[in-house]
Amino acid sequence: MTEPVLSIRNITKMFGALAASDNVSLDLMPGEIHALIGPNGAGKSTLIQQISGGLTPDAGSVHFLGRDVTGLDTVARARLGLGRTFQISALAMEDTVLQNAMLGALGAKGRPFSILRPIMRDKGLRQVAEAALDRMGLSTHHNTVTGELSHGQRRQLEVAVALTLSPRAFLMDEPMAGLGTSGTHDLTAILSNLRHEAPILLVEHDMDAVFALADRISVLDYGRIIATGTVDEIRAHPDVRRAYLGEET
Amino acid sequence: MTRETWINAALALGLLAVPLWAWVADEPFTITLATKVAILALAGVGLNIALGLGGLVSLGHAAFFGLGGYAMGILAAHAQNYTPLMEWPLVVEGTKSMPVIWLVAVIVSALTALLIGALSLRTSGVYFIMITLAFGQMLYYFAISWPAYGGEDGLSIYVRNGFPGLNTLDPIQFFAICYVLLILALAFSARLARSPFGLALNAARQSPQRVETVGISPYRLRLLAFVISGAITGLAGALFADLNRFVSPSMFSWQTSGEIMVFIILGGTARLFGPVAGAALFIFLEQALGGLSEYWHVHLGLLLLAVVLFARGGIIGTLAGQGARND
Amino acid sequence: MALPGKPLGEQNKLMTTILLIEQVLNGLQFGVMLFLTAAGLTLVFGVMGLINLAHGSLFMVGAFAAAAVAGATGSFILALAASLAAAAAAGALVEMLVIRRLYSRDHLDQVLATFALILIFSEGTRWLFGSFPLYLNIPTWLSGPVTLPGGIQYPLYRLTIIAIGLVIAGGLFLLISRTRLGIRIRAGESDREMIAALGVDISKLYTIVFALGAALAGLAGALVGAIQSVQVGMGEPVLILAFVVIVIGGIGLVKGALIGSILVGLTDTLGRILLPEVFKLFLDPSTATSIGASLATMSIYILMAAVLVVKPTGLFGAKA
Repeated sequence: MTEPVLSIRNITKMFGALAASDNVSLDLMPGEIHALIGPNGAGKSTLIQQISGGLTPDAGSVHFLGRDVTGLDTVARARLGLGRTFQISALAMEDTVLQNAMLGALGAKGRPFSILRPIMRDKGLRQVAEAALDRMGLSTHHNTVTGELSHGQRRQLEVAVALTLSPRAFLMDEPMAGLGTSGTHDLTAILSNLRHEAPILLVEHDMDAVFALADRISVLDYGRIIATGTVDEIRAHPDVRRAYLGEET
Repeated sequence: MTRETWINAALALGLLAVPLWAWVADEPFTITLATKVAILALAGVGLNIALGLGGLVSLGHAAFFGLGGYAMGILAAHAQNYTPLMEWPLVVEGTKSMPVIWLVAVIVSALTALLIGALSLRTSGVYFIMITLAFGQMLYYFAISWPAYGGEDGLSIYVRNGFPGLNTLDPIQFFAICYVLLILALAFSARLARSPFGLALNAARQSPQRVETVGISPYRLRLLAFVISGAITGLAGALFADLNRFVSPSMFSWQTSGEIMVFIILGGTARLFGPVAGAALFIFLEQALGGLSEYWHVHLGLLLLAVVLFARGGIIGTLAGQGARND
Repeated sequence: MALPGKPLGEQNKLMTTILLIEQVLNGLQFGVMLFLTAAGLTLVFGVMGLINLAHGSLFMVGAFAAAAVAGATGSFILALAASLAAAAAAGALVEMLVIRRLYSRDHLDQVLATFALILIFSEGTRWLFGSFPLYLNIPTWLSGPVTLPGGIQYPLYRLTIIAIGLVIAGGLFLLISRTRLGIRIRAGESDREMIAALGVDISKLYTIVFALGAALAGLAGALVGAIQSVQVGMGEPVLILAFVVIVIGGIGLVKGALIGSILVGLTDTLGRILLPEVFKLFLDPSTATSIGASLATMSIYILMAAVLVVKPTGLFGAKA
């Protein structure tokens, strides 16, 4: 049996009396897209934060590549190969597109505390950054200031920066949010291919995209996982229909 | 060349031309003013690395300016009194050599910046401002109450310290030293901004989350920026003390911190030559308005208020237009 | 020097205890005065998200107004009323002319603009009143010592400051927890859009909060002005101490400001008498006095550093 890349075991996180995560367990297997869905306030963001390292769980553990990372912060987890994209674009908006991609390459493969050589002349890092931008269809935008990109292009840049890290797993928080139909369509195609490089834990509201992409789906409600299964299993699951899909339609 | 590059070149040449003219015309006071501009600009270049590039609003840079000043004062005072600085565990003598004094000033400032930064960077935003201000004030009170080096009265040094091969008592030669150090610091600062560290630091200012998720610690970036920044401002402090041949606790005062920041803003935040333009304007206003009215700080206050409220790019921003780095 | 013998020893012990109690009261008085200054600062930050360096100027405005009115009328009560009114008016004016343009700006702009205000206030005051310090006398009915239980003699005026400060602290807590204005202040701290939705006139609320904070600082300036001298630049050292208080207590919290103020007041006052004594245990007296006194000036900053190490958001601040 293959080992999971990312393994979340019995995570609990309390905010006062409210259990934002209630004994959550979840696995991300090699080669899969595992979608995490649930109504607003179900605790998706809190869970993502605990996986990425922004929050420490009160109980339970997170294992990444067989290693216990529960006590590590965001920086350490990123260095181990956890690539994350944000729901609200977190990019250096005053910098150019290429500079943002270079930052990713620098974090993964460069020496961020070097003050000697100009970074834009570092051919090795530049190759990594440009390759990632090419894959996301941003090769004509190298010198565009990020703040001037369209919403969809920022989403693509988010993914491109994650790509420069050559991550061992992706953690994507609503990458489709705010994209138009064609944007969603393009990104769906890209993510679908990406799973073979590294598995993706995908938090997404767009149900069409989730059903098109996901190998497995976990449904979160009131901080608990109420079901995990294939697309068909989840569609048919009575609790899910009540808790979530019922609300959607 | 961009318009900003032209402005920068004009500033660099202007700051050189004015004292050269004054030297020819035998106006030593003007040379002294130009020297003061160069030194204050150097202090601003230091702060600009933390403030402009790193977004760290430090209101405590007087701490480093004062430490640099006292490094000079203490070393030179021991040298002029022929008393060793300490005798145990090893004998350390004072010195009148500028390069040694600079080295000590830079090291002391950097170490103090490491300590203050390590504590204050645990917080951010308003906390950071208040904490840096408080630590600056701590050193101010300490300098006042520490009787060994003049306390409230400060320390006078009778003869300006020496630099091998130069006569530092000659105003134009001392100006040359300060000017070269300023240009070196500007070159270093420009290089820093284009380095991997500069890219990461600048990104950490805009989006710390992003920097974390690519595996770089914003805390460490900021700490290094703060240390470099403090060290340069400390060097400026040593030169300032040598210009006046006098150090006093006022170098540590919160007004000093505020004024260094004012140079940067008047000139243009995060602009390479912002501190140069700002310091030149400041000294010009001090001379021009100070002659007209005893209360020239009112005018300075009104000008600063107008720049903050209506002309956010400062002088260089207004002249050169919005750069890619300016928001 | 002292003759050996039990009675004298006990007498010394008694003297030390009395001295200590006096110093504790001094520390309290200092702390209460800091609280009056820090409360406005922390409220303004909590409600409007503004860092106001010119808060010390309002402290100074209160002191000058009190000194001017006391000089003209001879009434201390009128002087205190004037300090409240002048600082509140100056605060409201500055809020409407300058400060309200800064709420949406970043902290750097706020720092610079309020630094500019300090320059304007300080030089303006120097222009109006000159560079020489003014003196505000303690009225006869508040001067002289009172005898406390245990036979301790303590200046009535300082005791009055403690009482006024504690009454105001109590009033402020009631204001915030019980009144409609307090509800709006608390709502403003948690959610600005919500109070706009409730139909509260935000800009009026902000002006009131700012003027309230200014009035408290002005009162503190007047009360302190009678102990020290009234001069330009008297506000900024207090402002910086108030920052230390806020960092220790947690930002935006009146309770944090109160506890922080008292801690800072006691640490500073007791540090000044205790540290030289501590150093006398292993150094000769004159060295001990000078080292102790120098380190005592640093004691509150060391306290602040310690709080930062343990809890960067302050003793009562929310967890990061």
